[in-house]
Amino acid sequence: MNYFLSNLPEFVSMVCFGIGFTNLLLNKNMIRKIIGLDIMDTSIYLFLAVKGYIAGTVAPIVTLEEQMVGVNTSLYTNPIPAGLVLTGIVVSVSVSAILLAITVRLYEEFHTLDIDEIIHMVREEDRRAE
Amino acid sequence: MVLIQNAVAWSVLILIVSGVACAALSGKVAKWVATFAVAVVGVMNIFLLKYFLDGGEYFRYSMGHYGAPVGNELRSGPLEAAMCVVFCFVMLLSIMGGRKHIEEDIKGKKQNLYYISAIFLLCSMIALVNTNDLFTAYVFIEINTITACGIILAKEGKTALAASTRYLIMSLVGSGMFLIGICIMYGATGHLLMEPIRDFVAGIDPSSREMIPVQVSIALFAVGMALKSALWPFHSWLPEAHSSATATSSALLSGLVLKAYIFLLVKVIYRVLGIKLLSQNPIFDVLLILGAGAMIMGSVNAIREKDLKRMLAYSSVGQIGYIYLGLGMGTLAGLSAAVIQILAHASTKAMLFIASGGIMDVSGGSKKFKDIEGAGKRDLFAGIAFIVGSLSMIGIPLFAGFATKYVIASAAIELAGVREWIAIIAIVVSAILTTIYYVNAVLILFGGKDNSKKPEGFKYSTEYIIAMVVFIVLNIAIGLNINNLIKLVELGFSMFA
Repeated sequence: MNYFLSNLPEFVSMVCFGIGFTNLLLNKNMIRKIIGLDIMDTSIYLFLAVKGYIAGTVAPIVTLEEQMVGVNTSLYTNPIPAGLVLTGIVVSVSVSAILLAITVRLYEEFHTLDIDEIIHMVREEDRRAE
Repeated sequence: MVLIQNAVAWSVLILIVSGVACAALSGKVAKWVATFAVAVVGVMNIFLLKYFLDGGEYFRYSMGHYGAPVGNELRSGPLEAAMCVVFCFVMLLSIMGGRKHIEEDIKGKKQNLYYISAIFLLCSMIALVNTNDLFTAYVFIEINTITACGIILAKEGKTALAASTRYLIMSLVGSGMFLIGICIMYGATGHLLMEPIRDFVAGIDPSSREMIPVQVSIALFAVGMALKSALWPFHSWLPEAHSSATATSSALLSGLVLKAYIFLLVKVIYRVLGIKLLSQNPIFDVLLILGAGAMIMGSVNAIREKDLKRMLAYSSVGQIGYIYLGLGMGTLAGLSAAVIQILAHASTKAMLFIASGGIMDVSGGSKKFKDIEGAGKRDLFAGIAFIVGSLSMIGIPLFAGFATKYVIASAAIELAGVREWIAIIAIVVSAILTTIYYVNAVLILFGGKDNSKKPEGFKYSTEYIIAMVVFIVLNIAIGLNINNLIKLVELGFSMFA
């Protein structure tokens, strides 16, 4: 139990990853798929942010006075995980955007958001063409 | 530092700049900018490859002179350079050979957008091949996914739209798994560059608990990349996506995009896990079995197809199986076989797809078997290219595909127990099935009577002829130099670690 509580944020992020992953893969509705993708990506960023934070430390911004006194690096957190989270957010925004744009076009063409139905309609059309 | 070593960073930069420039240009100018940029990058990489063949050592290129552990690094060796050369030239020939289709399938004002996608696709693949940093790899994987989706969507139509949606969803599932793998690896080792990770992993006791996160993240990388490169049974999106796109897009998707992901996987498992720890990870047994399954099921599905491009797409599923079979063997010989298959298949499958574009031209735009009867006689270049490609896929000596069959069979014999039997049975069965559907396709292309007359107004474009001839010559040249190819891959792996 102790083990579980000390890793609670990681645990939560893994559960969210599972929820998002299942939604992205198995949900029929395109909009729900996109929401699933966003949950999945966000949970990964939560995982990274949690892993990168060390309790009691501050952001690595060194003022001039501190530089005069001398810098104790153990007081600062590693900025790389935060940088990775920012990069990741940019990537996932662009991916969600293109998926939403495709969804708009899918709705214009097929008048439904159900991906199974869309695939069915395409196959029917192919069969009729033969 | 030698001047040519800058080629690694400059090939990425040139492509990014020319891709952005294409956004402001009209379709006609963009077409030449794209062709020129791809050619320049290809030539630069040829010189880089020559530098390595003349005895140059591999090197790391620190972006902005920030070294490890904080900086972002590119790394190049003979294997990476050879991969980039093949990618650039297959790209160049595919754009040239499919030019007519690009101009027909895409409405005039949007043509420059197609070239943007194609250039960024190549850019992301070159970055994937050369990067030394796992997170940079993730960013370029996503660029690759988006641009690949772009070149499928370029041809308007319901089938392409539905196909690219499915492709995007499966790809995003795969890249999500890759990303969580990176995070777990970063949490476990504290590094993102490959060399520090390898040193860290080499220092842990393989049976200790610290090894578990490393093995889990390698498994996540493998599954993520398998999803993105359409390993059977995750291939359901591939036939639709590859067959509904325009000829150039099909060639690029089947020939290059799948391979870039697999090369990244080869790199990660060889350079992070090391060859010694490879056989301890059960995921490679799974890859071996799925690879064998892909070789057989892909071919069975291809035999049942009545549509030329769908048949070629299913053949890609089968050929991807060869690569994963090599990976799953967990030996150096297996990995070399996988890399040789990447090179051989990239050049052959792109040729087949461009030839199928030419065949569709002389058959009223149809790709069904009943309409393309005798098309090989109507378009002789496409017919001959298709024969050469088929012989190469079947694995006849003198053609590129023979290299793979030879290397993978010798790698399979070195295995032991059940794994050897799985590999050998899969190779033999798949070779027979492959022969069946390619011979069938060639017979249809040259069969029938009184159908050798070209449709009215049909004219060969010069670019198309050049592309077809170079593809054929390239294929035979690789086939005649199998020993050199094997030596190159050996040299590459000796500098890979």
